[in-house]
Amino acid sequence: MKYLEEFANPELAHKLLAEIADTVTKPWAIMEVCGGQTHSIIRHGIDQLLPGEVELIHGPGCPVCVTPVESIDRAVQIARRPDVIFCSFGDMLRVPGSHGDLFSVRAAGGDVRVVYSPLDAVDIANDNPDKEVVFFAVGFETTAPANAMAVHQAHGRGLTNFSVLVSHVLVPPAIEAIMTSPDVRVNAFLAAGHVCSVMGTRQYEPIAAMYNVPIVVTGFEPLDVLDGIRRAVAQLESGRAEVENAYERAVRSDGNEIARQMLDEVFEVTDRAWRGIGSIPASGWQLRDQYQDFDAAIRFEVDHLSVEESTACRSGEVLQGLIKPNECEEFGTTCTPRHPLGATMVSSEGACAAYYRYRRLDEPVSHG
Amino acid sequence: MVELGSCPLPFRDYDKVTIAHGGGGVLTQELIQKLFIPAFGDAAADATPTDAATLAVGAGRIAFTTDSYVVRPLFFPGGDIGQLSVHGTVNDLAMAGAQPLALSTAFVLEEGLEMGVLHRIATSMGAAATAAGVGLVTGDTKVVDAGLADGMYITTAGVGVIPDGVDLRPERVVPGDAVILSGTIGRHGTAVMSVREGLEFGTELVSDSAPLNGLVESMLSVCPDIHALRDLTRGGMAAALCEIAEIASVGVRYVEAAVPVPPEVDAACGFLGLDPIHVANEGRLVAFAPAEEAEALVVEMPQHELGADAVIIGEVTEENAGVVTARTALGTHRIVDQPLGEQLPRIC
Repeated sequence: MKYLEEFANPELAHKLLAEIADTVTKPWAIMEVCGGQTHSIIRHGIDQLLPGEVELIHGPGCPVCVTPVESIDRAVQIARRPDVIFCSFGDMLRVPGSHGDLFSVRAAGGDVRVVYSPLDAVDIANDNPDKEVVFFAVGFETTAPANAMAVHQAHGRGLTNFSVLVSHVLVPPAIEAIMTSPDVRVNAFLAAGHVCSVMGTRQYEPIAAMYNVPIVVTGFEPLDVLDGIRRAVAQLESGRAEVENAYERAVRSDGNEIARQMLDEVFEVTDRAWRGIGSIPASGWQLRDQYQDFDAAIRFEVDHLSVEESTACRSGEVLQGLIKPNECEEFGTTCTPRHPLGATMVSSEGACAAYYRYRRLDEPVSHG
Repeated sequence: MVELGSCPLPFRDYDKVTIAHGGGGVLTQELIQKLFIPAFGDAAADATPTDAATLAVGAGRIAFTTDSYVVRPLFFPGGDIGQLSVHGTVNDLAMAGAQPLALSTAFVLEEGLEMGVLHRIATSMGAAATAAGVGLVTGDTKVVDAGLADGMYITTAGVGVIPDGVDLRPERVVPGDAVILSGTIGRHGTAVMSVREGLEFGTELVSDSAPLNGLVESMLSVCPDIHALRDLTRGGMAAALCEIAEIASVGVRYVEAAVPVPPEVDAACGFLGLDPIHVANEGRLVAFAPAEEAEALVVEMPQHELGADAVIIGEVTEENAGVVTARTALGTHRIVDQPLGEQLPRIC
């Protein structure tokens, strides 16, 4: 897999950086939407290399971070049942709900399994007819098609012991929520490449036009991100606000037709609560009526469960780009990956955890 | 949930052992420091932070260590649990500079395990011990109910003799030391993951499981004053470097581009969302040696098969004590942490 090397080529990176420095004439704030981009930026120190005028704001696109506490609590409650095998992506296991995480459920004897594909959970349901198998369907448009496919397959295979706990979220409404916030200071967006590989780029065009904001779709390697920043700065400096695809090796303007059909068949748009941000209208997916039998929240009667979020955690402000993680009083003191106050400190894609892992020394790490 | 203050144990967020407590990361360290050592009381007065303890016997010194092996599946590309249980314990002794003398082997077998499987693994242990030049001199066998032991668990313990003049301890690491890596990283963890249930992916990669005592012997022959050695096991290279930085209260900085990562490991880590520096190894070490002797070491190490890709990756600093930093390919710097517990594949 040569791309890993080629898309981190230091010479090309410095060429792009020089081009950005040559183009920029005034301060711009660019938000990378996706946690994968944040991880790459912080891990490679891309923000340290940018000219002072370009500020990166870390957006709300970490699925682990924005999954609301009540969804975690519902998951924990279901996973505790002795008749349930609860399947999840790995990094959801350590996210704290109001009464512990899924790891603790497993330690207490619950059957909680890490799977790499929701289709594996369907197979587990097939192999364990005397158990209820529940998959935690979280994430953005990226993970949703496979989750939809799992429901579709379970339906086709007549599996009555399979269900999904759905907490899916959508990127475009989140971008709109940020742009309509009174404190907005974002001048351009780097849109998430993998979300767009499913959904395409067309749905961003009205947003770019309405809010006069450039939206550049990028990949996740250092050169992908840098090229995205270069294009965003070029647009800003020339007064343009267009949707631009800087991830052409993965993204087409129509996205993935088959995946979108599958999504449309299984899911419908609904209002969704985002951890740290609150409810955003039409910002999530839920199962369509004809698939309600597969809704774990209904099956296990946890859909009424709702909780208040802790006020100590300022992850909402972090997720909206209003503060940097290390500007929070709790950062690195009462809030660490070991004792997270909020989900942005849990996932390696979360802005707070990324800052803690790579930047927690007060002064920039100095090297002689 | 246990209420704060009512729990007799100093664990704030877990009142039960979780799988992450065995991951070799921060939580494992906490278990040792906050539960075992205080509970053992005076009996743990001489406990060492390293995998092998050094004991004075008469005029000489021996190294003493033990380790349990719970790998799943039992057979993986390039090895099996039996071979691993010999290599791991031999390596713990070698990191103390000891020449391994003898190993004990204790088996916890699951009822219903195929005799043929047990025979294959025992044969593999014998071959691994012979190749490492160490005897398997005593042992124990227990059988537990079906479903309780993933087929089998093996615990080995080992003793070895430390030659005069050899003193390998993390506490000896000082600013100015060179950091030497013996070869490519991430092969063992990637090979095991490639055959783990639910995650199977195609790769030519095989585990790097190997006994390091021969390599260590030749390293000590050119540089008897090596300050410390650490094999890279669970938690990978990052955990090994972090552990030394913490114990010695020094900074460790390395150059990311200098660390050899096989392309297959890079690719697998890329799609699983893991970092190769956190992936397990079973036949690799890092050495901390006086800078002026580092060149001689990286010339000597490739004479040995297991040191073929030996390279100086960085140095020990006074600043940033207790912290490991990496210089990225782009020329920036970042902190390198050990994982909290188990590595968790990311969602996307």
